[in-house]
Amino acid sequence: MTKSELIQRLAEKNPHLYLRDVEKIVDTIFDEISAALANGDRVELRGFGAFSIKERDARMGRNPRTGESVYVEAKRLPFFKTGKALRERLNDGYDGDDDGDDEAAPGYFGSGE
Amino acid sequence: MSGHTITRADLAEAVYEEVGLSRNESSDLVESVLDEMMDALVEGDNVKISSFGSFSVKEKGERIGRNPKTGVEVPIKPRKVLVFRASHVLKDRINKGE
Repeated sequence: MTKSELIQRLAEKNPHLYLRDVEKIVDTIFDEISAALANGDRVELRGFGAFSIKERDARMGRNPRTGESVYVEAKRLPFFKTGKALRERLNDGYDGDDDGDDEAAPGYFGSGE
Repeated sequence: MSGHTITRADLAEAVYEEVGLSRNESSDLVESVLDEMMDALVEGDNVKISSFGSFSVKEKGERIGRNPKTGVEVPIKPRKVLVFRASHVLKDRINKGE
């Protein structure tokens, strides 16, 4: 499902809304999540999941092909942890994870990676 | 890092301010967006949101895990996990901190 298909489905279920408003709603939601992450905030959507930022220090990396050392700058990476309710729905009611919360715990590197 | 947590209520407030629907309807629509995404994922469909990222469902095979506290080996059943990949647009935005 792409963003435009998502907009289409929402529009079909909300015939009283203009398509441009449905577009605006969807854009606003993802823009708000992006802005929060850019600001260093967490986004916690119970049942769905939580977005957070991990800080990565600068390091000396290596080009795997040439073996050459390269400097990798410090960066911030977005992470997503699936919420408990969604995890259970994906697994027919069985919670594939362990800790039973919806929190992206510090040091947790994404869902099941 | 400012360390705030954004929730559904903040997203609903943003929709309320941007689109001009009632607060109740704004909040219902935030829920509908999440529901549509979850339904698609549960059906095994990927969800791709341009300039944000993509959500895909991966099947994990059975493996032997270990209780990190006790060291006891336990089988981890085959399961489905959701993987989010941020788009380059989002990664760039996060690193510029704008």
